[in-house]
Amino acid sequence: MPRTPSEDTPAISIRHLHKWYGAFHVLRDVNLTVARGEKVVVCGPSGSGKSTLIRCINRLEEHQKGTIVVDGIELTDNLKRIDRIRREVGMLFQDFNLFPHLTVLENCILAPVWVRRVPEKEAVQTAMHYLERVRIPDQADKYPGQLSGGQQQRVAIARCLCMNPRVMLFDEPTSALDPEMIKEVLDVMVDLAQTGMTMVCVTHEMGFARTVADRVVFMDGGEIIEENEPEAFFAAPQTARAREFLGQILSHGQQAAGA
Amino acid sequence: MADPATPEPKGPSRLLHDRRWRAVIAQAAAFALVAALLACAGLNMARNLERAGIASGFGFLDQVAGFEISQTLIEYSRASTYARAFWVGLLNTLAVSAVCIAASTVLGFLLGLLRLSPNWLAARLAGVYVEVVRNVPLLLQILFWYIAVLNPLPPPRQALDLGGVAYLCNRGLVLPWPQWERGGLAVGLALAAGLALAWGFAAWARRRRVRTGRSLPVWRLGALLAALPPALAWALADARVEWSIPALSGFNFRGGGTVEPEFIALALALTLYTAGFIAENVRAGIQAVPRGQIEAAASLGLRPWRVMRLVVVPQAMRVIIPPLTSQHMTLVKNSSLAVVIGYPDLMSVFAGTTLNQTGQAVEIIAITMLVYLAVSIVISLIMNWYNDAMALKGR
Repeated sequence: MPRTPSEDTPAISIRHLHKWYGAFHVLRDVNLTVARGEKVVVCGPSGSGKSTLIRCINRLEEHQKGTIVVDGIELTDNLKRIDRIRREVGMLFQDFNLFPHLTVLENCILAPVWVRRVPEKEAVQTAMHYLERVRIPDQADKYPGQLSGGQQQRVAIARCLCMNPRVMLFDEPTSALDPEMIKEVLDVMVDLAQTGMTMVCVTHEMGFARTVADRVVFMDGGEIIEENEPEAFFAAPQTARAREFLGQILSHGQQAAGA
Repeated sequence: MADPATPEPKGPSRLLHDRRWRAVIAQAAAFALVAALLACAGLNMARNLERAGIASGFGFLDQVAGFEISQTLIEYSRASTYARAFWVGLLNTLAVSAVCIAASTVLGFLLGLLRLSPNWLAARLAGVYVEVVRNVPLLLQILFWYIAVLNPLPPPRQALDLGGVAYLCNRGLVLPWPQWERGGLAVGLALAAGLALAWGFAAWARRRRVRTGRSLPVWRLGALLAALPPALAWALADARVEWSIPALSGFNFRGGGTVEPEFIALALALTLYTAGFIAENVRAGIQAVPRGQIEAAASLGLRPWRVMRLVVVPQAMRVIIPPLTSQHMTLVKNSSLAVVIGYPDLMSVFAGTTLNQTGQAVEIIAITMLVYLAVSIVISLIMNWYNDAMALKGR
């Protein structure tokens, strides 16, 4: 894995972060540090601000107070900095967001060619390498509309990896998938975790959190309520709200357990 | 084909219950009805024309027209035939339509993008423009430009001086006009070739950028490439050109070329009006692209205009093209409003003056209708071809 000279700076450092949507206070004094190579799972009830938090990390959402430093670069209104951070941070979305007018391969080489100025041949080689890693090299010439949801999400992972990012953000990557497709996507994510990628993942897949995460962050009402190692968090949540949340997702948690 | 367990009934009743045969019978009945109506109308018309003593047939096309036309793209005089007048009118219609289709499409795209711009003022101004232009009748807009803007312009002697070579006055826009002694055609063709070359070069440079990651100064090299062939042709053909510069002489300009006020008013009104509608089509098309597409492209590090060029516009085009086609066709048909300000288009010259002089309404209206129909079909075919090229695959 390529490392920056400043090895000891954290991959992501968020200090006293606040965000408002108009009068609505979405994020309240959030502090989070993610070390290089660390895997953090963010969970919490819907509307707790977890998606908003990770969307702030690559400036899909603007924050109003506090600081976010990614890979040693502070996020400000400076467009050059935003560009640099977005180049180094890959993001996966709930509904994949593949480009429907481009083939799988074209989806994968678009950003390397137009952002990193990688020669097309080289970009194609890299893309095929990552498509093999997500186990769909044979679909390279198809269009996203011809693939299943699970396949599309795996292409989206390959598309991110082609930019050789230092950090990957996952915004509920399996929430729009059928149960039998969740596994194929999670398997790829577990593989990815084993390569040492820094990952911040918003998910309700508790099985995934158990096997992969170094740390689980529980959010409610725009705040981080609890932070712990996965075993400790699932075995003995410290706060009442976390206990209630875990109780709810585990009681009809076939999907969570099955994954 | 038939299920062996249930034998098909024989005889005519079988046909009556067959889905395909029923469709054929219904079509045949509808056709017979339409044919009968047309035959009835045709017979009736022929009898009435005969009773009124009006000639029929297309022989009138070879007769001398005997009227003047103020603006002609081809040679025409009072002694020309009605057929020649028809071509003059048709070319005038096509000329104003071509200019307006190109201009309104460019302006419409700009306005549509501007309306979605994060710049508050630009977006509002574009919005106000679109609402005003779309909600005022086109006829009124044509009259506005002709009567309220161009007509009050000063006479030639007090003309507005545009840099000492071109003048704007109530006789129109007077421009310097090249008069080629020799080599005009060669230089013209070479210029077209140069532009095509520059365009091809830009496409090649884009592919090279994708292939190798290295970019070229496309604009500067492209301009050079476009200029090279005409310069070469000029030298080789030893071209001689005399620029006819407009100069005041008495009460009017002498020399130069004139764009008549009727053409300017009609072109302005049609362009500005249609651009308002095209802007709305463009806006709708861009807004039809899901937000997630823009977010995904941005999160990969693509700059905003690359997001637009590579991700948003290609997807928006499939929503934009069908209504854009109908805007282009509407524009051609709307150009017939030229009648009110006396721009000699097909409607005015042929379905107007020619019809009045010959009285052969049936033939003339039929020809005129067929011409507009043919133009619309050609536009539609071109746009359908383009639409197929832009369509999403794998759906």
